[in-house]
Amino acid sequence: MARSPFRLALARFLKNRMAVACTLLLALIVALCFLGPLFFPFTGEDSDFDNISAPIDLFSAHPFGTDDFGRDLLVRVMEGGQVSLTIGFLGALAAGVIGTLYGAVAGFAGGRLDRLMMAAVEVLYGFPYVILVVLLSMLLGGGNIALFAAIVFTLWLTPATIVRAQAQSLARREFIEAARAGGMTNTAIVLQHIVPNTMVLVLVYGSLLVPEVILSESFLSFLGIGIKEPQASWGNLIEAGTAQMETDLRLLALPGGLLALVLFSLNFIADGLRDAFDPKERL
Amino acid sequence: MISFVAKRLWSGLWTLAALITLTFFVMRLVPGGPFSKNRKISPEVQANIEAAFHLDEPVWRQFLRYLGGLVQGDLGPSLRFRDYSVNDLIGSGLPYSLTLGFWAILVAAALGISLGMAGALRRNGPVDWATGAFGVMGIAVPIFILGPLAQLYFSLHLGLLPVSGWNDGIRSLILPVLILALPNVAYISRLTRSSLIESLREPHIRTARAKGIGPWRVLRAHALNGALLPVVAYLGPATAGLITGSILIETIFALPGVGRHFVDAALNRDYPLVMGITLLYGGFLILFNILTDITRAWMDPRLRHG
Repeated sequence: MARSPFRLALARFLKNRMAVACTLLLALIVALCFLGPLFFPFTGEDSDFDNISAPIDLFSAHPFGTDDFGRDLLVRVMEGGQVSLTIGFLGALAAGVIGTLYGAVAGFAGGRLDRLMMAAVEVLYGFPYVILVVLLSMLLGGGNIALFAAIVFTLWLTPATIVRAQAQSLARREFIEAARAGGMTNTAIVLQHIVPNTMVLVLVYGSLLVPEVILSESFLSFLGIGIKEPQASWGNLIEAGTAQMETDLRLLALPGGLLALVLFSLNFIADGLRDAFDPKERL
Repeated sequence: MISFVAKRLWSGLWTLAALITLTFFVMRLVPGGPFSKNRKISPEVQANIEAAFHLDEPVWRQFLRYLGGLVQGDLGPSLRFRDYSVNDLIGSGLPYSLTLGFWAILVAAALGISLGMAGALRRNGPVDWATGAFGVMGIAVPIFILGPLAQLYFSLHLGLLPVSGWNDGIRSLILPVLILALPNVAYISRLTRSSLIESLREPHIRTARAKGIGPWRVLRAHALNGALLPVVAYLGPATAGLITGSILIETIFALPGVGRHFVDAALNRDYPLVMGITLLYGGFLILFNILTDITRAWMDPRLRHG
């Protein structure tokens, strides 16, 4: 039996050692962040006033010590990781879905609607990214949801343009004509033929969105616009860590190191996906 | 070519107009005003202040007033820095931000292209390997981690360079410029490497070699032009990244540029200052996107009729 293109691509991905190793590393970090806090009797917002600014001691109650409020650093970093990772994956998913639908409609419809929709994208591209994010998160009243919506709203543009180009060339293919001749409505054609045919492309380029969203979140939290204390995120932990790096580098090193590892592995996973799925490589 | 340039400039102008309008109205929709966070002030004083800045007028009147000022090159008064106009604030910060951005993009392009070329010409050699590792670092370690670490190591431990500020001439520029350039160096070197490798495989390169043209001439006259197209196309997005990065760098290194004001201005609802900075950054971004398109069209005639 012939194997499906997806299975073939998956096999190619699995042969890429670096990508597989990075996938495992990422899975490990995700598991650490989401399961790790369960093993501690306190949360990252609880202060232990007997152990303020405790140093690293792997066999104590606080393996990586505490910050100057007596909060366990490891638990805070893991909880911050939950926030950053959740925003990263959900944000990339949302931006991918919005961008795909928008691009599919524009590319399939063509003509004036396409020009209008792409002009809107052009205008949004003209917005300096930070300014748009800051304005939007303020408009939506601050807080985590606003931050999330603002990041998604600034990042769906790239998938939209990529999908549109693909949809444009798909719209001229025979099977679309056949579907139309068979009496399918435009909505059904977009949803059942155009969108599924762009999925691989979206998967490949969407995987690049995840690090971008995580970076945006931590960058905004670093500037004090994103996730706010006492809730932890990698961004605001790094910010707090830089304030004290002269005396205690570990406060910067732990969240910063994990963030770098996640960005590192996501980058290689995206590379691996592109190499495995990109039609150019299929020759 | 001229009509292409004119068309791009025209659409850029529209984008800028949309940017101004959107920002203005979105700003006003944001809950909270510039003077609502202050200590309790009596309603009369509040009303007087708002009247002085025309904040009591309907929003569309304020918008027309703003446009009127804009046409005359007046960006209005800053609501937070009393006695300063937005023109003053931007005028005093712009030279610093421009110097920073100019050097960062120059370093990124020069270093990125040469490293990428070295990697492509000696694949899997030591330079290629080092560039790859360096590129991964540039992508994995964000500048808001790298910046503080560099301050800690080069300035506090080794005492080689100033920690922050702009008082030591070129020495205070070294760290900010290098760190701002780094993510772009990483990206540009990867881009140059892969596209030069691809370009060197093409048939016209084989033909050129077969004719007996020396390796440098093949590179310069035949391979590089095509290989640098994607790099040039990246110039637009790179500018966007530099704007984001410069806000961070100016905050981390306490540089007296424009970006430093932005976050503060947004949080304090300093409407005119936010508008001014948006206009400045947006204008730059649009201009660079246009320049990118024009350069690409100049390098690749096929793009002129799209």
